[in-house]
Amino acid sequence: MKSRFEVNGTSVEVEVEPRLTLADCLRHQLRLTGTHVGCEHGVCGACTVLLDGAAVRSCLMLAVQADGSKIVTVEGLSNDADLTPLQKSFRKHHALQCGFCTPGMITTAHALLSEEPDCDAARVREVLSGNLCRCTGYISIVEAVLDARAAYKSRAAENG
Amino acid sequence: MRTVNSLIGSPIERLEDLRFLRGRGEYVDDLSHNGCLHAAILRSSVAHGRIRSIDVSAARSLTGVHCVITAKDIGNRVPRVPMRLQPLPEFEAFAQPVIAENKVRYVGEAIAMVLAQTPAIAEDALGLIAVDIEPLPVVIGRHASTGNATLLFDETGSNVAMKFRAARGDAAAAFKNAPYTRRENLRTQRHMALPMEPRGLLAQWDAAREKLTVFGAAKVLFFNRRTIAKQMGLPESAVELVENDVGGGFGARGEFYPEDFLIPFAARYTGRPVKWIEDRREHLMTVNHAREAQCDIEIACTREGAILGLRGHAYVDVGAYMRTNGAVAARNIAQFMSGPYRIENIDIDVSLFLSNKTPVGTYRGPGRFETDFFRERLFDMVARDLGIDRVEFRRRNLVPREAMPYQLATITPFESKDELDSGDYRVTLDRCLAEIDWQEKSKLAGKAVNGRYHGFAVGCFIEGGAAGPKETARIVLEPEGDFSVYVGSSAIGQGLETAFAQIAADALELPMSSIRGVFHGSTSYVSDGYGAYHSRSIVMGGSAILAAVDNLRAAIRIEAAKRLGCKDNEVTIAEGARAMGRNGRSISLRGLSTSGISAEGAFLNKKHTYTYGAHAAHVAVDPKLGHVELIDYVVVEDCGRIINPLTVRGQAIGSVVQGLGGAVMEHLQYDEQGQLLTGSLADYLIPTASDFPNIRAIVLEQHPSPINPLGAKGAGEGGIIAAGGVMANAVANALSSFGAEPRELPLTPQRIWELAQG
Amino acid sequence: MKMPPFDYACPATLSEAVALLASGNGEAKALAGGQSLLPMLAFRLAQPSLLVDLRKLSDLREISISADGVRLGAMVRWREILDDARLSCAHPLLKAAVAEVAHYQIRNRGTVGGSLAHADPAAEMPGIAVTCEAEISVTGKSGARVIRASDFFQGPLMTALAADEIIVDVRLPRWPPHRRWGFMEFARRRGDFALAAAAVFYDPDERAKACNAHIGAIGIADRPLRLASVEAVLNGSSVDDETIAQADAAACAAVDPQDDIHASAHYRRALIGTMVERALKAARAR
Repeated sequence: MKSRFEVNGTSVEVEVEPRLTLADCLRHQLRLTGTHVGCEHGVCGACTVLLDGAAVRSCLMLAVQADGSKIVTVEGLSNDADLTPLQKSFRKHHALQCGFCTPGMITTAHALLSEEPDCDAARVREVLSGNLCRCTGYISIVEAVLDARAAYKSRAAENG
Repeated sequence: MRTVNSLIGSPIERLEDLRFLRGRGEYVDDLSHNGCLHAAILRSSVAHGRIRSIDVSAARSLTGVHCVITAKDIGNRVPRVPMRLQPLPEFEAFAQPVIAENKVRYVGEAIAMVLAQTPAIAEDALGLIAVDIEPLPVVIGRHASTGNATLLFDETGSNVAMKFRAARGDAAAAFKNAPYTRRENLRTQRHMALPMEPRGLLAQWDAAREKLTVFGAAKVLFFNRRTIAKQMGLPESAVELVENDVGGGFGARGEFYPEDFLIPFAARYTGRPVKWIEDRREHLMTVNHAREAQCDIEIACTREGAILGLRGHAYVDVGAYMRTNGAVAARNIAQFMSGPYRIENIDIDVSLFLSNKTPVGTYRGPGRFETDFFRERLFDMVARDLGIDRVEFRRRNLVPREAMPYQLATITPFESKDELDSGDYRVTLDRCLAEIDWQEKSKLAGKAVNGRYHGFAVGCFIEGGAAGPKETARIVLEPEGDFSVYVGSSAIGQGLETAFAQIAADALELPMSSIRGVFHGSTSYVSDGYGAYHSRSIVMGGSAILAAVDNLRAAIRIEAAKRLGCKDNEVTIAEGARAMGRNGRSISLRGLSTSGISAEGAFLNKKHTYTYGAHAAHVAVDPKLGHVELIDYVVVEDCGRIINPLTVRGQAIGSVVQGLGGAVMEHLQYDEQGQLLTGSLADYLIPTASDFPNIRAIVLEQHPSPINPLGAKGAGEGGIIAAGGVMANAVANALSSFGAEPRELPLTPQRIWELAQG
Repeated sequence: MKMPPFDYACPATLSEAVALLASGNGEAKALAGGQSLLPMLAFRLAQPSLLVDLRKLSDLREISISADGVRLGAMVRWREILDDARLSCAHPLLKAAVAEVAHYQIRNRGTVGGSLAHADPAAEMPGIAVTCEAEISVTGKSGARVIRASDFFQGPLMTALAADEIIVDVRLPRWPPHRRWGFMEFARRRGDFALAAAAVFYDPDERAKACNAHIGAIGIADRPLRLASVEAVLNGSSVDDETIAQADAAACAAVDPQDDIHASAHYRRALIGTMVERALKAARAR
């Protein structure tokens, strides 16, 4: 079956079996390996991508369900020239060690901060409780997300 | 080493982050290879049985299936998973064949391997393989196992693989007339490391050159290479293991597993590259389990609370086979029961018994998490019996600084001796108490506020590190004037690339930017390597780098001397990457050699370092729900020398949270038929961001280790070690008015509720 | 854990969807948010021959509030309920329960209809439906019908739906302004399935005594239950500490939970009593 959608601003068309998950499609057909697969049953959050702006678990979506959607992966939230404010904050706070959960954390945090740049620590923890990390113990991740709020607030102010 | 702008000790931001944050890490599943076949493994759903037949014909005929491999396709004798640590002859009979031959001994054991065009087709084919297994009685639990009514290995005559013993002084005499003794039965539960990345391998066989390359290796590549080479009848030089980015290890990933033979074998058998990526359900039933131990332990003290002796029997459930490091935790339980405390008379034996469960291996702080729970629980009970303050009891019995180096109990077999190297254990205890404001806050101990009971506990730990025997590094001055660092150490997320760059740049007296990169793990990088385990990387790898830098500087001086027309001992290497000779002549390191100058270095070590410290917890327990809220948690540790304060703090906190998971929620549960009941992440629970939001880690460097040039001690496991004991004691303290005495982990809501029922 | 093979269709109308489901002869399944169904496929616990994706059925996406109450289309996502400011007054109990559903990412995809059809005994939405005496409208090849929540849930992951039937919407009766309510859930970790949860409401009469008490228990049986004996304790009484204690005891006596790996029957029984007690205390404090 064909599925046509936009990934990181580029239109793509893929030919897939219905059973292929969006995660596997992104990783193996589109070679966007930044989105990771940690459990394939919707618990760990390593596969989080943005679907029409909302953070979703790409292992719990079929590639065919993405037809007509706009998807953004961690690659689409990055650029070659420099780290983004959110990424800089993660680095400054040592909010990653092995890096495996990191794309999911970045994507989820970006979605949260875009919607709620005034979120508090409790809200950040609640939202990130759907993303498992085994290395950091989460404290530095929460610190990093809170520290990145300023950048999202000024962005929101600019956009009126 | 220069003191100005020293990189060691600086919170340098990590180099690795630049790719990880952008999703540009390269983990094994990110690798692709044209023409590659995908492997799926059929695993036993029966815990104990004899294989009568395996019918793969339907699986073979499925479109897209290339072939199906079972034991008979492998050869006369199916290779065994070797033991890497404590390879005692007694263990050989319990070795695991890399694929089941005539018996299966645990749910998850490999029975057959399908190679297919896609992972999905390979998995479809698994459902078409018909296996006929004659069930045998399932051995679950210590009594069933040690009773020997059903043997896992008929030839051995016993399900008890080994007994270690730790002895010091004369425990019998110490107990004989002891004014006070207490005996307890305590247990820790089976749980596991659970890194976020599942395992995977990609193997390529070059038939023309008879060369094997395996991607996805980790931790102990050089040992694994030696093993694969031997098992496949190849010279070591024909086998290359490559370490990609690794999504966490914690002791479990990287050890030699059955798939580490099966996948390379399949590549040679089919003549095609073969990729295998484990799924999470498989991971839970095949990656080394850990921590299932119980002990019957007795302590003798004076009435003033000085410990006279410790004796007892511990039992470790090692699962169905003895694998690469399956004996380590048990051995550690024997040796480290005393922890950081001065206990002159010890007699502890630890039995390793087999059962029809997944085999065990090391998980961060192996055996130490267990002993810490046993010992620290006992201490709180004893302190109360004797009417002595719990903190005082500990302070009184810690090994004092003057007594270092302090000999631990001797372990047999192996006659292994070890000693605590350096430190002032009371300092970290006192600092920890101050940080949590123990004096003030603990006035709430046992009291209820809004229906929740507050509890406090403190515990002390030691963390062994720097396992030898050796590590190797190589440094290259590139033609462009920058430096590449190669190490035999393995990266598993601990920030080695950055820490080693700091150490190398510091030793070279050059900025970090002069280090082109740190290349780790892969067998082609250095002549010999050992890997990442027992918190050894900074000490062993870092010290090897220092040795390599020394050798490189000597080589640079020789080369520069030729060009500067002076003697090599007249050359100095200065900041600004220049070599200076006599009379102000100098030459840039850039272009010093058109092919680069390379030097290797090694560090040999037979002694362990001991990072040490204390943890304290403040909890509030809701007795009607059994819920524990962690209000505050402090860990203070002294790791000798801090290379990067950012990463060492990160390790401490991450390690604590794993320990807390083990204390209250993680549990691999089996039923009486050996079925793993916790088969997904919905049932095997690990901490999330909401569970333990209040943890503080303070790392000190007051007592460098005398045994290596960095003065560093291995760190990274201390956080996990004390968490079980401290949480259990805090809950006991909170529920003291209910007479609650937790003797078993995990402290789930149900267990805490039961304790509060009185 | 790759899924087994299946066919996939994405119909544009409800009748097309029904026809497709019917064509599967019991082997076709409707796909809503996929947050419960797809994990089952990943574990190969379900092997449908055809998935019928309902995402194009825009008629199923509405939240409408009227004098009749709140009507949630089957494809309404949790996120939409939480974002709908009207529901804070129109049905605060619904909102409070939905806030406990799983995690942020799941709430962006999971749907009301999907949760009802999946019928996990520990899920919030089935519990709310039963507690509030909801009516579930479904349509199948034999036409449309309305099923009362109390008849809809028949066992763990079992409902009254025929293989060809699709949930269209669920109607929760009108919520009066002075109603007292509470929702208490206890799970191992934030976002996990409830070990036990209680959804309660009552309407205070002119003498501040409770009437029309509805007490729903989640996670303690093979389906969500209303606890009539607890309601009887409350109706006509002042909701004071003594009444609440009696309600707690009545809740424990009313249930017969099973042991499982997360909780023993004994512990669960005590837990539901505590959930009822705390939910009532919250209700009283409003």
